[in-house]
Amino acid sequence: MEPGEIHALLGENGAGKSTLMNVLYGLYQPDEGEILVDGRPLKLKGPSDAIAAGIGMVHQHFMLVPVFTVAENVMLGAEQVKGGFTGFLDRRRARREVAEVSERYNLRVDPDAVIEDLPVGIQQRVEIVKALTREVDLLILDEPTAVLTPQETEELLAVMRSLKAAGKSIVFITHKLGEVKAIADRITVIRRGKTVGTASPSASRDELAALMVGRSVRLTVDKKPATPGKPILEVSGLVVDDDRQVRAVDGVDLTVHAGEVLGIAGVQGNGQTELIEAVMGLRPVLAGTVTLDGETVHGWPTKKVLRAGVGYVPEDRSVDGLVKEFSVAENLVLDIYDRPPFGKGLSLKPDAIAQSAKERIEQFDVRTSSADAPVGTLSGGNQQKVIVARELSRPLKLFIAAQPTRGVDVGSIEFIHSRVIRERDIGTAVMVVSSELDEVIGLADRIAVMYRGRIIGVVSPDTPREEIGLLMAGITPDTAAAAPEGPGNEDNA
Amino acid sequence: MSNPNPVSGSPDKEPATEAQEARSEARANPTAPAGDSERAVAATATKEPPAEPRPSLGRLFLDNLWAANTVTVTVLAVLLAMLVGAVLIIVSDPAVLATYGYITARPSDAINSSWTVVSEAYANLFKGAIFDPEASGFTAALSPISETLTYTAPLVFTGLSVALAFRGGLFNIGAQGQATIGVILAAAAGFALPLPPGVHLLVALIAGAAGGAIWGFIPGILKARTGAHEVINTIMLNYVAVYFLSWIIIQNGVQNPRRADAISKPVEASAQLPRLLGDNLRVHAGILLAVLATWFVAWLLNRSTLGFELRAVGANPDAARTAGISVTKTFVLVMVIAGVLAGLGGSNMVLGSTADALTPQVVAQIGFDGILVALLGRVKPWGVLMAALLFGALQAGGNRMQSYSGISLELVTVLQALIVIFIAAPALVKAIFQLRAARAARLQTSLAKGW
Repeated sequence: MEPGEIHALLGENGAGKSTLMNVLYGLYQPDEGEILVDGRPLKLKGPSDAIAAGIGMVHQHFMLVPVFTVAENVMLGAEQVKGGFTGFLDRRRARREVAEVSERYNLRVDPDAVIEDLPVGIQQRVEIVKALTREVDLLILDEPTAVLTPQETEELLAVMRSLKAAGKSIVFITHKLGEVKAIADRITVIRRGKTVGTASPSASRDELAALMVGRSVRLTVDKKPATPGKPILEVSGLVVDDDRQVRAVDGVDLTVHAGEVLGIAGVQGNGQTELIEAVMGLRPVLAGTVTLDGETVHGWPTKKVLRAGVGYVPEDRSVDGLVKEFSVAENLVLDIYDRPPFGKGLSLKPDAIAQSAKERIEQFDVRTSSADAPVGTLSGGNQQKVIVARELSRPLKLFIAAQPTRGVDVGSIEFIHSRVIRERDIGTAVMVVSSELDEVIGLADRIAVMYRGRIIGVVSPDTPREEIGLLMAGITPDTAAAAPEGPGNEDNA
Repeated sequence: MSNPNPVSGSPDKEPATEAQEARSEARANPTAPAGDSERAVAATATKEPPAEPRPSLGRLFLDNLWAANTVTVTVLAVLLAMLVGAVLIIVSDPAVLATYGYITARPSDAINSSWTVVSEAYANLFKGAIFDPEASGFTAALSPISETLTYTAPLVFTGLSVALAFRGGLFNIGAQGQATIGVILAAAAGFALPLPPGVHLLVALIAGAAGGAIWGFIPGILKARTGAHEVINTIMLNYVAVYFLSWIIIQNGVQNPRRADAISKPVEASAQLPRLLGDNLRVHAGILLAVLATWFVAWLLNRSTLGFELRAVGANPDAARTAGISVTKTFVLVMVIAGVLAGLGGSNMVLGSTADALTPQVVAQIGFDGILVALLGRVKPWGVLMAALLFGALQAGGNRMQSYSGISLELVTVLQALIVIFIAAPALVKAIFQLRAARAARLQTSLAKGW
């Protein structure tokens, strides 16, 4: 690493990126080998050693106390006291430091804001501020963009540029090729715990992707034109509140036909999650109707909706999709455990479950040491394949996939996409919700853009990205004249 | 967690591995004192690392024996607890303590007297719990085991109650209250209903189970409907149950008319659990029911759809809900079944040989001990049975230790508590014995959840 360099670490899920960085940050001990800082070997016993050596880390999952203010979070672990041994916390100094750092690097963080009120992108900047106040020279960002909207990603990249200008070095861990190309000075690709290559950002996306997965992959989804049939899912006038009783879905009408993929694009938090949860019976419908193949299903319990032939890949696999302590086999029957052949009356049929698990693991290329391994030990991509395998293993009328490839490596993305299309081709109505515009454009036959709880427009996937990006920002062609530059138009070489 | 074939390796490799195992086991462990159980430990443990270049099975066996696996940690926890107990025995004996006054002059006095008092105490504990070599005759020889099993039976039920709820994501502190309501209804059925033998016992047991079920249902429905925390509610219901018991005993029709103190009418013989080894030994059919209940709970958890729901809800309620499982219904059901188990445990206290009438202390501490038993048994049904056996043995042995060595029965309570503390802190045992970290993480999580 050179000073003032942005070094991207690229690799599939489970390739060992995060492990490597945790070693750098002192969380894990290396079994062999050494770390050199300024030419001197370094022995790290814990994060405090790492911070002392000038290494800071922003984790994929933020380490912030939600009810504390920004300043309080920043001083946490390095509390300054005043008044000698009386030990009053020097809040004013912490606030000043936050303000200073945020000013210097143009981070725009309010020291008095309470963390839980802040959007994810700002929370991440708080983490960066936290590291910077410890005066680190090397900042590790572990998949920083996984949770960000396109605009927030843009802003993060800008922050990274200004840090670089100030002479800080950054290790940027990701598996998104576009971002790497946009910002990195040097790229190291890791596969299965080994460095497989170093590339310059001028390398093409396809080259990088091939390095990552070890073979050539298609980034575009290969599909034939859709042959839409009768309407399967019809939603009209749907109104749903979110967990805080704030209106999240405000009068949505949409139809999904058999044999087509309806993509729902939109910046996260515009009601997509609530819309799907309402369809699945996980969230009360306040007004409007939902019909499935002509039958009114709103108000049904989730089990009945699933039984009616709906497959559902939830947005957050670790929270809603899987029971991590359960084995792969058990997770593969999580919503059909009580149906023949897996369950009869009160008793489970372990043999049938094991047999089916074996088949699914084979068919869906789930990489696991065994069907009895806890699903939590699998990499993100393979966990997602478990969910997809489960949902696509029964005859479906409607398949709903929310963020089907979030945090999933390139190889698995390709596989999951091909499965979604295969499901469409056998006549299932498919609804894909994703905050990755590329994914929606690649998969969908029609794209509905959601903004502030409404469908703001339905467009064809051939529509230029810029136009969809503007819709995602709430700017319809009518109002476009007054619009500033839209989001989502990041480079797409 | 169920694992029908613990032996590792793919089928085609089976013969080779087995031969190798036999060979290396013979080499590694020529004496093999408890060959079978140790072998089982080794076999389940070898399954863990999917390491490609397999070391010899003998090596693995030794590694895993000394790794922080469940059995090793439990045994070491018991040993540690007894060590601390030994210190307490020494400290609490004035005569022995006096010898420490001149330990620099004559260290042999202090060491000898300490050894005598501790070894005698633990010898009596053993003789009271398992086997007395000096005992003459059939009855005397079996008496310790009979006592142990008598104490064990109700603890199995309450332990299962807590463990089952725990697996469903609920911390049932209320086994005590559920057992109390169970004991009241079981006793009432036992003395108030004129029924033929056999039927009478069945009805009394069902009454006890129903009592527990009601007392489990209340916190269950409160949790499901209002989100009220089951820990708070079960604790409060414990008080309600205990004072209800005190009140009901002295009501007309319940209190024994020939007695002035707080004791109910005795349960009729037709409603009592039959004794297994004749009238002179206290062991009764409750222990058989306890084994049956263990088998049932094991089946329920691992082989039934309800158990699948229960474990899913316990491990990740969000994912369970998304998969169409009704979390609220499961909460209620879990608490009802937990209540049934605790109620049966309570019934054991009045339908068995421990007592035949209600008194304010009739359920003793079985509900609270059940929490310890569940934790010690790592919230697994057969583990609970083993843990209850250990606690039952400590109780039975403690009685003899008190009467023969003059050491307070409370020492047993201290031992029980220490064992659980060492179990609940596997890191501590590991640090003391320098065990490798093999499975410590998993041990920790099973106990750390629930709050």
